[in-house]
Amino acid sequence: MSATILPEATAAPTRPVGRRDSLLWLLNTRLAVGITIVAIFALGGLILPFFAPADPALQSTYLKNMPVSWMHWLGTNSLGQDIFWLLVFAIRNSLILGVLVAIGVTIISTVIGLSAGFIGGNFERLLMLVVDSVITIPLLPLLIMLGALIRANQAFLVLAIIAFGWAWGARTIRSMALSLREREFINMARFSGANTFDILLREIFPYVTAYMLVNFINTMLFAINTEATLAVIGVSRVEIPTLGSIVFWALNYNALFTGNYVWLVAPIVASVLLFLGLFLASTGFNAAFASRRGVL
Amino acid sequence: MGIIQYVAKRVGVYLAVLLIGLTITFFLPRLMPANPIEAYISQLQSRANGTLTPEAIASMRASLEDLYGLNGNIFVQYVSFLKRVILQFDFGPSFAFYPQPVNTMILGALPWTLGLLLISTVLAWIIGNLVGLVAGYFHTKRSATVLELVGILLYPVPYYILAVSLILLLAYVIPIFPLSPTFPVGAMTPAKFGMVLYNSILPALTLVLAGFGWNILSMKALAVATTEEPYATYARLKGASNWTRMTRYVFRNAMLPQVTALALSLGTVFNGAILTEILFSYPGVGLIMRTAASSGDYNVLYGAITISIIAVATAGLVIDLFYPLLDPRIRHQ
Repeated sequence: MSATILPEATAAPTRPVGRRDSLLWLLNTRLAVGITIVAIFALGGLILPFFAPADPALQSTYLKNMPVSWMHWLGTNSLGQDIFWLLVFAIRNSLILGVLVAIGVTIISTVIGLSAGFIGGNFERLLMLVVDSVITIPLLPLLIMLGALIRANQAFLVLAIIAFGWAWGARTIRSMALSLREREFINMARFSGANTFDILLREIFPYVTAYMLVNFINTMLFAINTEATLAVIGVSRVEIPTLGSIVFWALNYNALFTGNYVWLVAPIVASVLLFLGLFLASTGFNAAFASRRGVL
Repeated sequence: MGIIQYVAKRVGVYLAVLLIGLTITFFLPRLMPANPIEAYISQLQSRANGTLTPEAIASMRASLEDLYGLNGNIFVQYVSFLKRVILQFDFGPSFAFYPQPVNTMILGALPWTLGLLLISTVLAWIIGNLVGLVAGYFHTKRSATVLELVGILLYPVPYYILAVSLILLLAYVIPIFPLSPTFPVGAMTPAKFGMVLYNSILPALTLVLAGFGWNILSMKALAVATTEEPYATYARLKGASNWTRMTRYVFRNAMLPQVTALALSLGTVFNGAILTEILFSYPGVGLIMRTAASSGDYNVLYGAITISIIAVATAGLVIDLFYPLLDPRIRHQ
């Protein structure tokens, strides 16, 4: 998660982002490429499952280790599953997990970051101590232990990743709130009689939304990555198709030695494309917001 | 703020982080609906084909509760847990390798993890930041964009993909490195040491590549901003060479946020190390954790997590204590 905040993301916008006028300013090459990739994955992952000939998670549906053909676009694996449909369901499951975690993390980190930045004092110090501790604690060992206690299902994983993933966002939003707090227009609003809640909602929130969007995408990357990591080492429910669990089964059945390269290479290519797409979208948004406010 | 205050404050934060970390490790498993002791007993019961008598189970439960430190209410357990960990550094015996104490198992594996982690993190930080510095300092040149592209392509690739692809490429397609590395046990001889080094190259390479991308990207952004600072312009007008300006003016200042970022990202780096060890069967703390997780050896898991938290927090403390020495704005009399 550390790696998700590039320095340019931490600069607070100096002008609220208007949405009513033309949205053309949003477009740049990175964003266009990123959004296209993510859109293809999202549409494929959400629509295609309705056309699936069989539940891809069921084993021995087809003959084992069949090569690539018209019937099976990416062949079948050593468990008798169709690799193409496995991949479609995996992308869907991973994307849903990512979005759910990102929603939770965005809400929690915004609330904690803004309240720490605006209330200040000992409350802020205590909160930041907790934030720094959560950032420091390595997440993977904890998730391995929880995975050993209960075979975590997707819902549990979502909660666990939210519980440890909010801290980076909270830290950044707090530092944005700190710099905003001293601005003229905030004082102006205060002297005009707006209460703290009004100021937060009307004056601060528009500035923070740009960062929240970038953070949302970065959190999706983090969540999908964390789940896949657990699946690859086999401590989550590996019978559910996700981008990581396909790799887990391929490694476990020595796909390389049986010559079934597609089984291992297909999820790798799909993951790299999806991650690159999400990353380009996030930096693209960042650059678009930055040029909008005249930084670039 | 004086140096002494800075150190005192940082050490205070360190202790607080440790306490919060240990508290989370203590309470989290207890909030779960699963009971490790019952799981362990039922595992033994099924191995004994259900021949254990209720009395035998009751006495076993009592001794297991004693070994796990599960006597008394949760507050008493918490205090005794802290006392054992902080004062005696004792995590009880391993269940899978009874009666070997957990701390000797983990302390035996810790040098492996630290060695791999230290070398690869330092390499990734230095190389990544130098590439980022060049990309940022010459950001108006076209060739610098190529360097940034390396970062953009490397950074979002998830760690496990990087590891599996490298195994695929360098151990299978072009078999330079062993597909399943072996790490000799027992006393170190020069021959064994060479073997360990050879077998560690691939895991270390993955870790370096994983840390590389982010360092390039963020150093590039920092260097671009620093190049436009008045002191960098002053150096240019004074006639300092490109090299001097890049290393002594831009790098020394742009490096500082990167040091802080390194200290904060150690947890993530450690996650990567654990994954490496599992994927490459490297005999460190991560592999112990994975084995313990599949055999239900909770004492070992507990110990491994606690020691990881202590190690990560301590490394962060050390980096932060070095920070004032690196800061060019602070002069030492």
